[in-house]
Amino acid sequence: MIPAIKAESLGALTERGDFMAIAAATPKQGFRLGQLVYDTRYRSYTIQVIVLLLVLAGVYWLGANLRENLAAKGKDLSYNFLFNRAGYDIGQHLIAYSNDSTHGRAAIVGLLNTLLVASLACIFATILGVTVGVLRLSNNWLVGRLMTVYIEVFRNVPLLLWIILAYVALSEVMPEPKDFKPVTAEMIAAGHAPQAQMLFGNVLAVTNRGTDIPSILLSRPLGGIDIGPLSLNFSFLVIAGVIIACIWANLGLLRRAKEVQETTGERPTTWWKSIAILFGPIIALMIALGFHLEYPAFKGFNFQGGLNVAHAFTSLLIALTIYSATYIAEAVRAGILAISRGQSEAAFALGLRPGRTMKLIVLPQALRVIIPPLISQYLNITKNTSLGIAVSYLDLRGTLGGITLNQTGRELECMLLMMAIYLTLSLLISSVMNVFNNAVRLKER
Amino acid sequence: MELRYVREKMLPQQEPPLGEKGAVKWLRENLFSGWLNTILTVAGALALFFLIKASLPWFQHGVWNAKSLSECRAVIEANWGPGESGACWALIHERWNQFIYGFYPADFYWRPNLTFMLLLAAIAPVLYGQLPRQLLIVTLAFPALAFWLLWGGSIWGPVMAMVGFGLIYLGYRLLNDRIGAVVSMAIGFAVACVWWLWLQTSVSTPLAAALPFFSLTPVESDRFGGFLLAFVIGVSAIVASLPLGIILALGRKSDMPLVKMLCVGFIEFVRGVPLITMLFTASLLLQYFLPRGTKFDLILRVDILVTLFSAAYIAEVIRGGLAALPRGQSEAADALGLNYWQAQRQIIMPQALKISIPGIVSSFIGLFKDTTLVTFVGLMDPLKGITQVVRADINWKGIYWEPYLFVGAIFFVFCFGMSRYSMYLERKLKRDHR
Repeated sequence: MIPAIKAESLGALTERGDFMAIAAATPKQGFRLGQLVYDTRYRSYTIQVIVLLLVLAGVYWLGANLRENLAAKGKDLSYNFLFNRAGYDIGQHLIAYSNDSTHGRAAIVGLLNTLLVASLACIFATILGVTVGVLRLSNNWLVGRLMTVYIEVFRNVPLLLWIILAYVALSEVMPEPKDFKPVTAEMIAAGHAPQAQMLFGNVLAVTNRGTDIPSILLSRPLGGIDIGPLSLNFSFLVIAGVIIACIWANLGLLRRAKEVQETTGERPTTWWKSIAILFGPIIALMIALGFHLEYPAFKGFNFQGGLNVAHAFTSLLIALTIYSATYIAEAVRAGILAISRGQSEAAFALGLRPGRTMKLIVLPQALRVIIPPLISQYLNITKNTSLGIAVSYLDLRGTLGGITLNQTGRELECMLLMMAIYLTLSLLISSVMNVFNNAVRLKER
Repeated sequence: MELRYVREKMLPQQEPPLGEKGAVKWLRENLFSGWLNTILTVAGALALFFLIKASLPWFQHGVWNAKSLSECRAVIEANWGPGESGACWALIHERWNQFIYGFYPADFYWRPNLTFMLLLAAIAPVLYGQLPRQLLIVTLAFPALAFWLLWGGSIWGPVMAMVGFGLIYLGYRLLNDRIGAVVSMAIGFAVACVWWLWLQTSVSTPLAAALPFFSLTPVESDRFGGFLLAFVIGVSAIVASLPLGIILALGRKSDMPLVKMLCVGFIEFVRGVPLITMLFTASLLLQYFLPRGTKFDLILRVDILVTLFSAAYIAEVIRGGLAALPRGQSEAADALGLNYWQAQRQIIMPQALKISIPGIVSSFIGLFKDTTLVTFVGLMDPLKGITQVVRADINWKGIYWEPYLFVGAIFFVFCFGMSRYSMYLERKLKRDHR
């Protein structure tokens, strides 16, 4: 039993100065070695020191092994190969590349291919996922069930299967280019019909070799410059800069409109100004640069002109989109379900219309729940682009971690560099998305 | 004169209007409640109709007995007329064993079969609490038994390896009261390492020589394939990654800065790189970091890397569960005088794990699906490895829907089953009254 010390007796003790005597009476002992193990205050230091020693020993062991193994194979650790001639072709390159370019340039081409398929898949998967997630919650029995089946089927089967299936289906089911051979009026009269047709009014052709789409051309481009392995395309930079400037200007316009609304109570009309700011400069710039499309056309035995998109890219994009969309749909559904009915009922009671209720009340709250899983989905999409290996898509893993690795035999350097790039990419995406997440997060005290 | 406005007789109850009862009401409310809903219904019905129209004949015309794709097509043509397409399930029928066992020797198919039965017996008491607790003995013995049955050799190797885990437990039991759980288990682990690295073989080899009747014909790792391989990697990685994930999550929340830093670094690194790079590390890089001449089974290497990969994800899921627990829980445990591990075991973990069940199970599902990626380091997974072998056969050249649908269907059954089980578990463990 703990003897209860009454407040008054404690006061009396302090008054008499005896309190110090009691405190001093506790046995004072020096530090004993046993306390490092038995005393919880010191045990954590012991554990940390031991862990540190073990980690250092492990690192030393790995390093010693590495040195020994490298010496035995007669190799050294050097990244000079990045500046040597690559000697292989990459079908899809966003920046100028030929087999005379360096391995470093090939890695950048691969990285850009990774980013291209990842960003497109993120956009499409978000659109599809949000649609499916909302439809699954709809009152419509049939559509709700169909969406449930879609989600369950696609997320419970490996992504690899969808990639391979899409690739095989595209390259084995689709017609050969020669089937697109145009038929003349006499041939039709004789009973011949073309075996395959281009889609959307002679704009797009899917053959077993690839998908032919119109390509975007500028008749008055601004040129570009190469700085080491990096290359700058001025037209692209100018277009991107103008788009960002337009969006920024539009945000400024909306902010000013809000200020006016808050001071006067009247909201100025902004929609036509917004449209003018967002699209006017871009259209003017496009006309200035001589923007036009080149359509694929059947000549000889194959399609000429336009852009031939390899099935590796298409199948990877399709598979990533339909697979990741199921996860996004579930995140969206969970986010909307997390908002209690009272919120929208209160908004209706205040007289807000359903559209504004969604925009002002439900969506800002649901976004808070949706964004964290959405971030991890975007990260997953980016990492899953490495499955392009199944269809020989030349992304970062295909160039740096594939052909370059095999040609130079520098597994260690290539793998470490590749891991570092993927890691940087992941951290970049998650930090950008976290900034966005913090902006919409509930401001708590 | 008397005015009465009160009705004396009750009117008989009227039938609801035709549109407000039965199927018509249901249809109106659920399918045609507005123009948008009507459009959706029509679009959905059309999509369903075309899907069924395109695929139903194909399934109906399926052929189950044939020796090659051309024979399949001949049978379909004979039965259903020229130009008709149909599924050639005969491929699955003929190559069933390869899809399930890979290149495992046919004489020993009973061994994976028995292992699978034992697996069911081993996980049953874990999954369903109502079953008798004695069944847990099977669970504890299962790893050694499964290894012995699948890879063959003498039983004494796996048994003696299990002794190492016994040593860890012994160290914990003997020293826990005096120096705490971590240090006692660390000492047990150190003893076990000594046992595994230096003493084990010198005990098991003479035992195997003295008692040779418990030995099976060895099967090399490269004979493993198909769903057998997916299960070996999936199940072992699932079993090993959960405790590892818990430890990592606790380490990330630890007060010790060094431990925390290590755990955060590990988790963030693993979550930042694709699984494929980890697998390539297992197949290409590990040889650089191990002592020269170390021969290390590829399945084991891949298994370890997959386990580490999945553990990082599980750690993050459990961290979410820990964060969702009110601080009062751990403060109450402190007030009761429980030490760290007692508090974790009795108070924190049961609640945190319960919260994280959906996340943990979806990590498990992801892991099981990811076992297909081992194909890229040369292992024969059912999806790409085996299917490629099958499709390379001259008899089956040009077949694509059937093998993929079959493999996909099996994956679907297991993954869907796991997600349903997690829902069952969530309902069962729910303690709040709503």
